[in-house]
Amino acid sequence: MFGWEFPPHILGGLGTASFGLTKGMAQCGDMDITFVIPKPWGDEPKDFARIIGANTTPVAWRDVNWDYVEGRIGKVLDAQTYFDLRDHIYGDFNYMNTNDLGCIEFSGRYPDNLLEEINNYSIVAGVIARTIDCDVIHSHDWLTYPAGIHAKQVTGKPLVIHVHATDFDRSRGKVNPTVFGIEKDGMNNADHIITVSDLTRKTVIEKYGISPDKVTTVHNAVEPLSQELLDLEVPPKHEKVVTFLGRITMQKGPEYFVDAAWQVLQKVRNVQFVMAGSGDMMEKMIRLAARRHIAGRFHFTGFLKGKQVYEMLKASDVYIMPSVSEPFGISPLEAMQMGVPSIISKQSGCAEILNNVIKVDYWDTNAIADAIYSIIKYPAMYKQLREQGLDEVSKITWDRAGAKVIDIYNRLINR
Amino acid sequence: MKSICFYFQIHQPFRLKTYRFFDIGNDHYYYDDFANDDIITRIAQRSYLPANEMLLDMIRSNGKKFKVAFSISGTALEQLEQYVPEFIDSMKELADTGCVEFLSETYAHSLSSLVDPEEFISQVKAHDEKIYQLFGQKPRVFRNTELIYDDDIAVMVASMGFKGAITDGAKHILGWKSPNYLYKSAAAPKLRLLLKNSKLSDDIAFRFSNPEWAAYPLTADKYIDWIASLPEEEMLVNLFMNYETFGELQPRESGIFDFMRALPRFAEQRGITFMTPSEVVSKMKPVSELSVMHPISWADEARDTSAWMGNILQEEAVNKLYCLAERIRLIEDRRIRQDWNYLQASDHFYYMSTKHSSDGSVHSHYSPYDSPYAAFTNYMNVLSDFMIRVREQFPEEIENEELNALLLTIRNQEKEIEELNREVEMMRNNIVKDTTGDFVPKVEEKVEGEVEKPAPAAKKVAVKKPAAKKAPAKKKASKK
Repeated sequence: MFGWEFPPHILGGLGTASFGLTKGMAQCGDMDITFVIPKPWGDEPKDFARIIGANTTPVAWRDVNWDYVEGRIGKVLDAQTYFDLRDHIYGDFNYMNTNDLGCIEFSGRYPDNLLEEINNYSIVAGVIARTIDCDVIHSHDWLTYPAGIHAKQVTGKPLVIHVHATDFDRSRGKVNPTVFGIEKDGMNNADHIITVSDLTRKTVIEKYGISPDKVTTVHNAVEPLSQELLDLEVPPKHEKVVTFLGRITMQKGPEYFVDAAWQVLQKVRNVQFVMAGSGDMMEKMIRLAARRHIAGRFHFTGFLKGKQVYEMLKASDVYIMPSVSEPFGISPLEAMQMGVPSIISKQSGCAEILNNVIKVDYWDTNAIADAIYSIIKYPAMYKQLREQGLDEVSKITWDRAGAKVIDIYNRLINR
Repeated sequence: MKSICFYFQIHQPFRLKTYRFFDIGNDHYYYDDFANDDIITRIAQRSYLPANEMLLDMIRSNGKKFKVAFSISGTALEQLEQYVPEFIDSMKELADTGCVEFLSETYAHSLSSLVDPEEFISQVKAHDEKIYQLFGQKPRVFRNTELIYDDDIAVMVASMGFKGAITDGAKHILGWKSPNYLYKSAAAPKLRLLLKNSKLSDDIAFRFSNPEWAAYPLTADKYIDWIASLPEEEMLVNLFMNYETFGELQPRESGIFDFMRALPRFAEQRGITFMTPSEVVSKMKPVSELSVMHPISWADEARDTSAWMGNILQEEAVNKLYCLAERIRLIEDRRIRQDWNYLQASDHFYYMSTKHSSDGSVHSHYSPYDSPYAAFTNYMNVLSDFMIRVREQFPEEIENEELNALLLTIRNQEKEIEELNREVEMMRNNIVKDTTGDFVPKVEEKVEGEVEKPAPAAKKVAVKKPAAKKAPAKKKASKK
């Protein structure tokens, strides 16, 4: 598998989903999974997949000894693997910017020279594909499609690409032609395409012109939360808290949240609105809240990570995700796990599988406001959504998603 | 000789408009007039009117041997009066044939039988009054909202003087027994029970035009054959269904009208007659007692009341609504009483059902809302406004008991003042007469007799406004 993120160092939902799926597939048994990411930190869970970092895979020969390798990268990669990989260098990449081990450096994030990093990643994939014997190649999201294609060309094994999002979701329609090109190329070369929702499947079929029989939806799931997270203590509060949690970007529809908040505050005063996360529209949202004269009741927390996310959820009475376009959207499921009633847009993929949430059109701020009001004012509403939501989300597990993916693998291998 | 007992249900709720929380306290009109008009007119055109015509035909051409019963909720009658008055006329014409019986039910098609006995009784009375006013019949057989029934309801119904009640032949109640007999209630042995034959009713109501059904196409002679071939001693077949079955659920093209028209002829050939529920009650003998501990209904597979009171949302909404009942009984404001009726319609709670099974899909089919949660939100917003209005009538800190006493005093005072005024008037007249001449005493005596005691034991409260006299829920002050 080729991926870009892996917990605990994640930047968005991609890492969580890749991890969950890998684990779910491992639970189904008889799987030997190698997961490639640009830059492992060494603290990734390794019990069900072997993790290889692109930044520790040599693409140019360096005459180094065992101890040196062990000392340099021992905590992220076992030295033997390094030497195996070194034996499969397939070209002279000394012209590239390589380090003392013959590896290319990766940021593992989404830097400005992302396209260059994607390209480097695909060069590295060539070495890995020659080294590791596999039956299926699985690429998560467009960043890794070129690597997947490269690996397919090297090994001749079937390529499955996993569409966690398309550029149509990210850009509200203003598609970046380069990204579109990479996505389209990946889809054309793939033997099968997995999408995270029917919504995304439709985009893939309609906007990328892919034959429907090549595209299957496997909805995402969630990991059960640890008891530690469920037991988190939060300071007692006297007011209701309504939370938006996610990147503050155009795709997530933050302005609709501000508008709905403004409406609710016309009628009820003891409510706090929280916009947790960061993004390019944050300042604009701060200004918007100020202009609406609700800044006193509207809070920005900045980017939250790890435990902070769950503390925030635990302290919330309503979770809201007014995404304009959300291929899946895993965070409402997490909110439900924490027992927080959720309002989600009909334009998000997770709306396809959730019943005990309130679904609204993202632009229908009246409906969003009504839903918020209802949950904070009518205890029965809160209770019903909370209890039924907990029950529902506990049945959405990764091993089911994993089993579906394995089915697809089997079909590809046996045909 | 076997008999078929047909009963058709007509009910339409007053659907609520989208009522936002901004409207709470500001907008006191709750109904989606456009949708209500649109729906009742459409259904009347496609179903009620042609079906009435069909029934009239059937009754006339079969020498009044064909008989049916109707149960029409008060809210449906109001809508029909308002939007499709020709239907009321056509119904009157049917009533005049003498072959149509009208059943009793709650005015608002409400769940009051499960929650508030006092409200239940007053609604039944209001409904029967309305039926009498329109069709000149006093209902003798009772049919509860969605055929909800249990022993407690049986006792209430019997105490109101009804001879019979209609409910569902739920399997878990009947066990091995057949619905094709007349039963009596275990709790109120005077009350006869007519049980719906689900199989034969649903054959017409739900399966008639389904080509995948093994018995498709259903013809009148085949159907009558089924009835005729029932065991000898099973004398009664109760076919209960929504009136929309004709023309709406089963479209005209399916041939449902022709099927019905052909029934009497084949029935006659096989010696099967038609009876109304009250004929059944008076002519047949009950075979055994039936005890129903937990409420049953005709809804869903479970035949229980969970479609209306099955989840937290529904319970909350019902409780919040009926919390107001006592206070409302003290209020005479006509609009409040009207809204109180309309808000009780069981449909509002049905929309909040979260059953996702195969049954649940039926729920969402009839709902004007996207989801049960939207239904709850909208209803509660309306109810919040309604509660404000109820509270505005009287200060909240006064207890109902106290308030009742105060109101009684006020009303009696009024009466007393009126009496005294009259007395004064007469005295004056007397004085005038006196000055002109002759006699006095006769008039004096009469006045003495007319003056009532200040606070009579009878708690009947005069209805003040002339408008309120027309209001359906004419009521009595509720002091026990």
